[in-house]
Amino acid sequence: MSKLLIEGVSRTFAGVRGGLPVKALMPIDLAVAANDFITILGPSGCGKSTLLRIVAGLEAPSEGRVLLDDKAVTRPGPDRGMVFQSYTLFPWLTVAENIAFGLGERGMAPKERDDIVASYVDLVGLRGFENHWPKQLSGGMQQRTAIARALANDPEILLLDEPFGALDNQTRGLMQELLLGIWERRKKTVLFVTHDIEEAIFMASRVIVMTARPGSIKSDVAIDLPHPRHYTLKTSPEFSALKARLTEDIRVEAMRTAQARPAEA
Amino acid sequence: MRPLHPVSPGLRIALGISFFVLFIAFWAWITLGGHVNRIFLADPLSMLRDGWRLLVEDRFWLDILITIWRVFGGFVLASVVAVPIGIAMGAWKPVEAFLEPFVSFARYLPASAFIPLLILWAGIGELEKLLVIFVGSVFQIILIIAVKVGSTRRDLVEAAYTLGSTNNGIVKRVIMPANAPEIAETLRLVLGWAWTYVIVAELIGSSSGIGYMIINSQSRLATGQIIFGIIVIGLIGLLSDFAFKAFNRWLFPWSLA
Repeated sequence: MSKLLIEGVSRTFAGVRGGLPVKALMPIDLAVAANDFITILGPSGCGKSTLLRIVAGLEAPSEGRVLLDDKAVTRPGPDRGMVFQSYTLFPWLTVAENIAFGLGERGMAPKERDDIVASYVDLVGLRGFENHWPKQLSGGMQQRTAIARALANDPEILLLDEPFGALDNQTRGLMQELLLGIWERRKKTVLFVTHDIEEAIFMASRVIVMTARPGSIKSDVAIDLPHPRHYTLKTSPEFSALKARLTEDIRVEAMRTAQARPAEA
Repeated sequence: MRPLHPVSPGLRIALGISFFVLFIAFWAWITLGGHVNRIFLADPLSMLRDGWRLLVEDRFWLDILITIWRVFGGFVLASVVAVPIGIAMGAWKPVEAFLEPFVSFARYLPASAFIPLLILWAGIGELEKLLVIFVGSVFQIILIIAVKVGSTRRDLVEAAYTLGSTNNGIVKRVIMPANAPEIAETLRLVLGWAWTYVIVAELIGSSSGIGYMIINSQSRLATGQIIFGIIVIGLIGLLSDFAFKAFNRWLFPWSLA
């Protein structure tokens, strides 16, 4: 049985200033198995973030529906943890308080929260930084906290919207390994949006490639590389072959985006 | 000089002080040098002498205290009413649609023009003074806070929803803490304006306070006292501003530095 079912989900934005409505997303069908790590790869503006936001319940689909454990998604909830590209830690809360936020919203007593928070602080390697304010942390540490904050709720599915997009290359590589390590140990259903081909392959058990706007699924590639994965995997021949294939897929779409005039987009 | 090039801390202080020195020197030159009539402008030395006499002989410090109490009383009254309304307007758009046009209109009603009406309603006692400050501050606070709250970072709100926050949880645990430093800054700003309103209130129909002393001195052509009163207002305003700023820094260590 699928953990997450996306059935005929499309999204059209109303026209601006009397303009024609803009179709951001063609009807999408996608079934996600439990404990799968799915990356959604697409050029900028293809609607992949919109799709993720619909799964999160932050936006409503124009048509179709999303089912999580056979229940229709109508609004955001703690069963779908989300990590955003922008730094969304609450600046008035410390690292530990940020991680405890969801537990508090659930009404959990502070004492119970502490143990859970401590375990997630350890999981993302932030021991010693529990009482720091977000502004005192580097971008990578902020995103680690954001991941811990989403995971502390023990969500059914973890949604990530280009979470490492704003990080430098080296930090991004380390963050990929960290997140993948957590997934390998804890098994979680993950939907991860990115425009970075290498990242999409390295993290995924399955890569969904999307077309240029209006977004639709172009290809669905199973990644059978062995686990646990190590960064050296990125230089292996199998990895390179997958990369070559997806690069070709994405390149065509990126060129279509570049050539499309704003009026047609 | 290179544009936008920073100035060293020492030079900054020296330049800042030197303006005061120049200003006072100019004042001393035109008054002590006999370039203006003494009746209209006292010199710096007699200003200090008049001020000292006011404090020691005329118990001017009682007037200072009563003015401070009026400012803070009226300001607290306005804040208690305005902050919740401002937050409600910023958070819930129907509330904003309901109140915003009226508040925007009321904001331009000059507090001083209300004084005759407020005297009719509340007499010339303390309540009238508080009401002048209240009328002058409350609409300003409401509007500024509504705008700040309305521009709460949407991504923080969305993050909280995905962590399981309810609508009320968003208001209490995201919108309010996120805007608390801005709200405190707004109050600091408006407290400065409240000092203007209190003096105006005291100029009309009052028998105590700094403003009363100033209007009283006018009839006796005691320009030294008037200037002393104005300087006292400036100093107290500056002090309360510093205190407020320090308090905000202490209250919201996460937002500054």
